[in-house]
Amino acid sequence: MDTREQLRILGRIGDIPSLSRRIREINMFPLYAKGIEILQINTGRCCNLSCRHCHVDAGPHRTEIMSRPVLEKCLEILSSFPISTIDITGGSPEMNPHLEWFIGEAVRLNRRLIVRSNLTLLLEEPYRHFMDVFAQNKVEIVTSLPDYLETKSDRQRGAGVFAMVIKALRELNSRGYGMKNSGLYIDIVHNPVGAYLPGSQAALEHEYHERLLTEQGVHFNQLFCLTNLPVGRYLDYLIESGNFEDYISALCHSFNPAAVKNVMCLTTLSVGWDGLLYDCDFNQMLGLTVNNGSQMNIMNFDMDKIKNRKIVINNHCYGCVAGSGSSCQGATTVGN
Amino acid sequence: MSYYEQKDLADFPKITEWAQKEGNKFFEYYSAATGAGKLTEREKSLIALTVAITQNCPYCIDAYTTKCLSLGISSEEMMEAAHTGAAMMAGVTLAHSTQMRKIIKKKEM
Repeated sequence: MDTREQLRILGRIGDIPSLSRRIREINMFPLYAKGIEILQINTGRCCNLSCRHCHVDAGPHRTEIMSRPVLEKCLEILSSFPISTIDITGGSPEMNPHLEWFIGEAVRLNRRLIVRSNLTLLLEEPYRHFMDVFAQNKVEIVTSLPDYLETKSDRQRGAGVFAMVIKALRELNSRGYGMKNSGLYIDIVHNPVGAYLPGSQAALEHEYHERLLTEQGVHFNQLFCLTNLPVGRYLDYLIESGNFEDYISALCHSFNPAAVKNVMCLTTLSVGWDGLLYDCDFNQMLGLTVNNGSQMNIMNFDMDKIKNRKIVINNHCYGCVAGSGSSCQGATTVGN
Repeated sequence: MSYYEQKDLADFPKITEWAQKEGNKFFEYYSAATGAGKLTEREKSLIALTVAITQNCPYCIDAYTTKCLSLGISSEEMMEAAHTGAAMMAGVTLAHSTQMRKIIKKKEM
């Protein structure tokens, strides 16, 4: 489904009030950015997997790849401003031919460096060496494992993917990832396999730790619970399964004003493969560029126009402010 | 239109209407009783789901099936809980036949 059609669907939610109206009701509209703490770089939409919930609609058929000049510009900006976290995502970041070089440069900046990897590529050539590249550079790995049950996880990500992720996790554990005092961190992302919201992050983290250790012999650090936002392939699923209205309704009824204060777009800047700038990766996939449609590209970056920009909001953003709140770093409210 | 409508579930928080004090006290108690304590939230959610099924409450079945899914409880675990509820209902029914048997034995020649 193209972005225009997705936005049309998100704009028609019947009796449910728009998110901007709900935020207005609590006197917080519009939302303004508070600087940049996280530069999230989407290095391309190509991926070896085609997960059913993917908001990027990533897969082997995608050809969009971030070029080296755009990555160089990211480094220039990172070295000019005190942005604390570099968050590399995709698609599969490993499929960008410049990733290894970029990690080598980024690590010199001494920032928190995250790569979101599906891990399965790390088991095959020519990507196997990334296990060592990540470990040598103390890259924090964030990986998706929608459920600790193989059948459920594979329903979302494809047959055999769970087993491959577990195999890669074991190899990463043997290099120190997820092990106490190693300084190597691997976090897991949980997102619901279906049309419901994630439960308590603390409860799920406890369950994941116990199940993955006893059933798979695998260690990890933290669990991040992410709400599936109605964007991309997940929106397709909601519509095809007849769950769209109920899901939007559930998001709306779980609206949590406390989560609005902590929503990730306030401190994140998302860079698209072609350098265009967005408030988050979800807005990126809907083509909602920063500052209400400006075509600001990182190649002509202007911090003054970015640091306190007005955030672009649409109804998919309900996903980030429902329940315990959701972000690329998991739940956003206390007691999550 | 049926008497039970899924969208009515969203009305549940409004049952404080016309009896605010009592309603608020109920929700305070409900929250304390269903939240994690010595039993985990998972355990309590499975208990709540089982009670909902045995008491035929479509709203509670909807709410607690969804909550169990959210907490990562598998279909197999939920079905096992449903069987526990079913066995209890059968047991409760048969245990009450004791009263019937007692009366029969007293009254028959």
